[in-house]
Amino acid sequence: MNKIAVIDYGMGNLRSVEKAIGHVAGNSEVIVTCDSRVVLSADRVVFPGQGAMPDCMRELEARGLHAAVLDAAASKPFLGICIGQQMLFDHSQEGDVPGLGVFAGEVRRFPEARMFTADGVRLKVPHMGWNEVHQAGTHALWSGIPDAARFYFVHSYYVDPADAAIVAATTDYGLPFTSAVARANIFAVQFHPEKSAEAGLQLLSNFIRWQPES
Amino acid sequence: MLAKRIIPCLDVNAGRVVKGINFVELRDAGDPVEVAKRYDQQGADEITFLDITASSDDRDIILHVVEQVAEQVFIPLTVGGGVRTVDDVRRLLNAGADKVSINTAAVNNPQVVAEASGRVGSQCIVVAIDAKQTSPGKWQVFTHGGRNNTGLDAIEWAKKVESLGAGEILLTSMDRDGTKIGFDLGLTRAVSDAVRIPVIASGGVGSLEHLAEGVSDGRADAVLAASIFHFGQHTVREAKELMRARGIEVRL
Repeated sequence: MNKIAVIDYGMGNLRSVEKAIGHVAGNSEVIVTCDSRVVLSADRVVFPGQGAMPDCMRELEARGLHAAVLDAAASKPFLGICIGQQMLFDHSQEGDVPGLGVFAGEVRRFPEARMFTADGVRLKVPHMGWNEVHQAGTHALWSGIPDAARFYFVHSYYVDPADAAIVAATTDYGLPFTSAVARANIFAVQFHPEKSAEAGLQLLSNFIRWQPES
Repeated sequence: MLAKRIIPCLDVNAGRVVKGINFVELRDAGDPVEVAKRYDQQGADEITFLDITASSDDRDIILHVVEQVAEQVFIPLTVGGGVRTVDDVRRLLNAGADKVSINTAAVNNPQVVAEASGRVGSQCIVVAIDAKQTSPGKWQVFTHGGRNNTGLDAIEWAKKVESLGAGEILLTSMDRDGTKIGFDLGLTRAVSDAVRIPVIASGGVGSLEHLAEGVSDGRADAVLAASIFHFGQHTVREAKELMRARGIEVRL
């Protein structure tokens, strides 16, 4: 039995994530949980996040989930989504807070002074809507998803990894930014696969079946 | 680059999709789950439900509708209509909505926008603005289907709700709503240029060209339409093909 824990630390609505994973889960069991023991015993872990990263970090600490997230990120198939991706990094400009430090790098805000199209139209922040995700090489989680497929984004900050080798995809919005990272058992995305129609469901399905090389 | 979004809007009355003809006669147009799935298959970028249920006894039905749609449709869902309190917002999000749109309640008590976005995040809060032109280059905010003039300037109000934490603005021209002669492009452009958050244009769509104009001339980030899709006149896919032919980036 494949047990998938979706970590709930009280920030935002996990119903969409739960339903989308449930939709492709087959016989797998999907549990939305704030219990670190459930996270520790799960076969796979999904780490979502909405809202502001300082609030997310605070709530994660308040629920005693910090250690369980680090354990999962070090040991089993792990999928970070949106703020759940950003929190894996060292530090965020949002509220000037430290993250979990799984990856070296900074979470930056879109620089408003540079947010213009080639013909001078101002780009809105948040970056909200469907944008192209350019895959950086092959990965099991991109299986069956065309390069440059569109996924649904909503965010004002993006990750800037120190190690270019972990970049799994980039997206253009005023500037090219990292929209997915991968290393060993971890895959993390800035977009919302649970809201990204077929491409998103394919990615979630790939995650559930993913056997990272150990 | 980021695609411009096309958002079909469904009016829901006591759990059924309804089509209004000149706002008088309401005809049953099917099961919300089936209609939403059809638009999803046509390539809709989001779906908006407007709950027009009049009877307070039936108001919770929309929660069941949202639950059922969210089980089967994996694109963003926005729900509006009769949202008054932060508790209303939370109940809709818990049922599976991704965004909730607030209209009259925001005018009556702007603090509800700040409270709601503080609690659930700006990305979940859409403020719906119904505007009418009052003099050249001036628009004011109306409520109650355009009957009640709040006296608020639409552009100033848009900036105000942005500062309160709205994540997006759904802008409807009450002059154009139901006319099928196209968006009020002056209004759309004025609001879109005044705020940094995305603006959804609504009201007046009668052809696919109108949708393209909303983006190219109105500078909207997304366009919303109801009747053009409901009556089988056009599919979402046709709308996107036309927009692409006009040089607009879409998800196809």
